[in-house]
Amino acid sequence: METLIMNLFIFVLASFVGFEVISKVPPTLHTPLMSGANAISGITLVGALIVASHTGCVITCHIGFLAIIFATINVVGGFMVTDRMLEMFKKKEDE
Amino acid sequence: MNPLVPELIADYVPGMIQLAYLLASALFILGLKKLTSPATARSGNQMASAGMLIGIVVTLFDHNIISFRYIIAGIIIGSVIGVTLARKVKMTAMPELVSMFNGFGGAASALVASGEYFRIAPQQFAGQELAAMIISVLIGTMTFTGSLIAFSKLRGIIGGAPIVYPGHKLVNLLLFILFLVFGVLFFLDAGNPAYYLVIAGLAFLLGILMVLPIGGADMPVVISLLNSLTGLAASATGFVLDNNLLIVSGTLVGAAGMILTLIMCKAMNRPLSHVIFGAFGTADGGVGNVVQENGKTVREVTAHDLAVMTVYAKRVVIVPGYGLAVAQAQHIVREVADFLESKNVDVRYGIHPVAGRMPGHMNVLLAEANVPYPQLYDMDEINKEFARTDVVLVIGANDVVNPDARSDTASPIYGMPILNVDQARSVVIFKRSLNPGYAGIDNQLFYSDNSYLFFGDAKKSLEKLLRALKMV
Repeated sequence: METLIMNLFIFVLASFVGFEVISKVPPTLHTPLMSGANAISGITLVGALIVASHTGCVITCHIGFLAIIFATINVVGGFMVTDRMLEMFKKKEDE
Repeated sequence: MNPLVPELIADYVPGMIQLAYLLASALFILGLKKLTSPATARSGNQMASAGMLIGIVVTLFDHNIISFRYIIAGIIIGSVIGVTLARKVKMTAMPELVSMFNGFGGAASALVASGEYFRIAPQQFAGQELAAMIISVLIGTMTFTGSLIAFSKLRGIIGGAPIVYPGHKLVNLLLFILFLVFGVLFFLDAGNPAYYLVIAGLAFLLGILMVLPIGGADMPVVISLLNSLTGLAASATGFVLDNNLLIVSGTLVGAAGMILTLIMCKAMNRPLSHVIFGAFGTADGGVGNVVQENGKTVREVTAHDLAVMTVYAKRVVIVPGYGLAVAQAQHIVREVADFLESKNVDVRYGIHPVAGRMPGHMNVLLAEANVPYPQLYDMDEINKEFARTDVVLVIGANDVVNPDARSDTASPIYGMPILNVDQARSVVIFKRSLNPGYAGIDNQLFYSDNSYLFFGDAKKSLEKLLRALKMV
């Protein structure tokens, strides 16, 4: 029960922080915000790493392996494509 | 034992990992905070990636990690796919890519929760962990299949029109009730993997059936919502693993997606429930004007006349829509704007929040074409300017400039905030033909006294205009 309360604490506080910070993102940056958020949601990779490397596993390792692939695509692809987009936003034209 | 960790320091490692997670969470928040301005956004993204790297690297020292075979292979495969996708994707296809990433994120979270279920004997789970597992599997799997459907709609693999069948809402409701029933059964008897597989299967179906009836024009809402759900799935998985980093990051993403969803709904003047359950775009109540009415005439304009109109204008506002993206006309539009600016015309871009197929889509396309971002105005800013604008060029947009949204109570888009382009001295609409837009609604703007139509593919029309401008 105690861990649940702790987790809920973090969940609720993080939502407030999230709403506060992200509501200030201007519409111009909404697409990079989404792709960047996608990359961050790839954090589930941390869980995938643990699941995939258990000893003596049969199903678990394969599930974890698949999860690592999906999450890595998100992390790597998400951050890279966001960077690619943000690089294009310029104040003045200086090609 | 983790082979990376010497026994001597093994006792300190868990605490160090938690501290590193705290640092990673802080970097995510700071990174997102820097996204509030285009000038700092890029360094913000780099900060967030640094946080991610820290989070991943320290996890490798976790005492549960014993072999690295799958980790190395998985990360290599995922990185190759991720890098390829990120490099190859065209900016016009960003909505597809983001939906795909949404799907992968959801799938990964559901898989992690499932892996955790099969890893540990179920009787060792506390009640809250089982509940979190059910939520994680539901949200993650739904996001996965829902995103695949959204992706297919955006790609045109399946049509953008809502796919409905009689009683689809009832079927969805029944499936959801079934899910709850099996969720409870699983909760009571977690040792039985059959229940687990049934809830995963139901979530799989629900994702497909929820997104199929949603029309293509509502994709900005759907993508934002699915984006939010991937975050929440990661957060739920954090509850399963008691991992704070997952909870914090997942929740941040959940909040981001939810804010965008609400902005999109507001920009369409429709409550979220209506988007999800409304099957918008089919004959439904007042949606009547799909077929053109006879007797109304439109005025066409030639490239030469349009060139004269714009080059002698004081201010020109360009309103881009999805049609611009489809025609890949973002570069040529900037060339036209450059030319006009060289003739001392004040050129601005007015962007509706739901122009394009995802939030901010137009801005990215124009940024790609080197349009400086201070020239991009959002709806509220540009609406003040139309009365003082000589010419508005509407390129590939339709519903977002439809004045029926203000005046015609029978119109399905009545009440939706629009760009008031009709207040400008003249409006030129670049259009392929007189077919109604994506949402299938006729537009009175075309027939208004100060409107002109310039028919043709957006890119070719702009090329014609540029040639004509150079001859004026």
